[in-house]
Amino acid sequence: MSGTGAPQAQRDDPGPGTAVGSAASRVVMDADQIARACARIAHQILEANRGAEGLVLMGIPTRGVPLAHRLATVMNDLEGARVPVGALDVTMYRDDLRQHPTRAVGHTDLPAEVEGSTVVLVDDVLYSGRTVRAALDALGDLGRPHAVRLAVLVDRGHRELPIRADHVGSYVPTRTGEHVSVRLVELDGLDRVSIEPADDATRGEA
Amino acid sequence: MRHLLSAADLDRHQITEILDLAEEMSLVQGRPVKKLPALRGRTVVNLFFEDSTRTRSSFEIAGKWLSADVINISAKGSSVSKGESLRDTVLTVAAMGVDALVIRHPASGAPWQASRWIDAHVLNAGDGTHEHPTQALLDAFTIRRHFRQTVPDQQSFDGKTVVIVGDITHSRVARSNVLMLNTLGAQVILVAPPTLLPAGIDSWPVLVCTDLDQVLPHADIVMMLRVQRERMSGGYFPTAREYTIGYGLTRPRLEAMRPGAAICHPGPMNRGLEISADAADAANSLILDQVAAGVSVRMSVLYELLGGAE
Repeated sequence: MSGTGAPQAQRDDPGPGTAVGSAASRVVMDADQIARACARIAHQILEANRGAEGLVLMGIPTRGVPLAHRLATVMNDLEGARVPVGALDVTMYRDDLRQHPTRAVGHTDLPAEVEGSTVVLVDDVLYSGRTVRAALDALGDLGRPHAVRLAVLVDRGHRELPIRADHVGSYVPTRTGEHVSVRLVELDGLDRVSIEPADDATRGEA
Repeated sequence: MRHLLSAADLDRHQITEILDLAEEMSLVQGRPVKKLPALRGRTVVNLFFEDSTRTRSSFEIAGKWLSADVINISAKGSSVSKGESLRDTVLTVAAMGVDALVIRHPASGAPWQASRWIDAHVLNAGDGTHEHPTQALLDAFTIRRHFRQTVPDQQSFDGKTVVIVGDITHSRVARSNVLMLNTLGAQVILVAPPTLLPAGIDSWPVLVCTDLDQVLPHADIVMMLRVQRERMSGGYFPTAREYTIGYGLTRPRLEAMRPGAAICHPGPMNRGLEISADAADAANSLILDQVAAGVSVRMSVLYELLGGAE
């Protein structure tokens, strides 16, 4: 969800990602694939943490929040433990606030004490890494976690900061101008990840 | 939104946006690090030509919690006491490269005038007997929270009755509140002795009454105004005691209020004059909530004005 600025209308260099020549929208994950990716990520988080002890899931609005709830549901089914789920809005920590009209601020909801816990940040798309940088700063103002992990549904490449995800649903090669559209049942009525071509990428998101 | 000069600058949608953001901002008060980086590198000047404790300090805290640099200039101890004009003072401060000026001035319209002279954002922190828009916002915030105790998602004030009692003529709080509460859908009833009702009040979107006891049982919110002795040259009412008998929120009147109705006062209070100690400290008094809301609401307004691209 980090805007690296305005949509770069047409840039021909494919960047470090892989060149994929297509003018139409392409579906890269359907509902089943999203469900399997969430299940796998939930397993991986529990495995890396050796159980649910001390875990706090923090979704980054907008679509990180329902994803965090899905991961928690899988974990609760597996371990029978209630993993706390919250939301971490990063708007006021962004480094591009001055480049846009005043941005609407989302909701931050702290479900449990951050101090000493293992916080898993959850977002839909990892792109430049700037959103995650902002999230780390925002989290630091809420307390000092024992560790912070990052789980994303889609890693589309083109990092601009030294940040990587610990758990990734799917690596999706993209061009810089393209838009990765993540739709989730909770907000959009269907589960689908697709790549919109550069021309339609009016939102310049992810 | 470039300036905040009048409560009439805001439509219902904008008010709701500011109040929702203020709810988020209020969470900062409970955090270990009371600081958000949103206004880093911005400079806010509080330019106060009139005394103020809560408005000035809450603007200062609001700016600081958003990481802006905040400077206070008051008329006493500045070049204003050497006879500098408002225009020169405003231009001088603006020439230092500030991003926003928060102005309180005894002359109605001074912030509006200042906004014509400079490029910086101007916020009206109370101008004469004209307006005090951030007070109206924090009152709306406090009242909305009160309503939300019974209806969790209460947005508008449709169907609610707010009774504002006291010196309407000299009150900028009343003017801003009338405008904002009306925008939010509340029915406002103004209650005052005839001498303290301004000329032209028939054109306001309110009901007017001179008998407090008649309207009190209908109020969802009773907002008591301060008797502003500094703006009165006398003759508005015979004695303080008579004012209290006619228009003070005394203990018997407290008991006559509808169950669930709440009390507001913009402060500072004249205990025993317009409001009794019983009413000020009653369980349904929102007066301290209003003070707490001041910081959150002003953070929200500063972010709305300064948070984005110029």
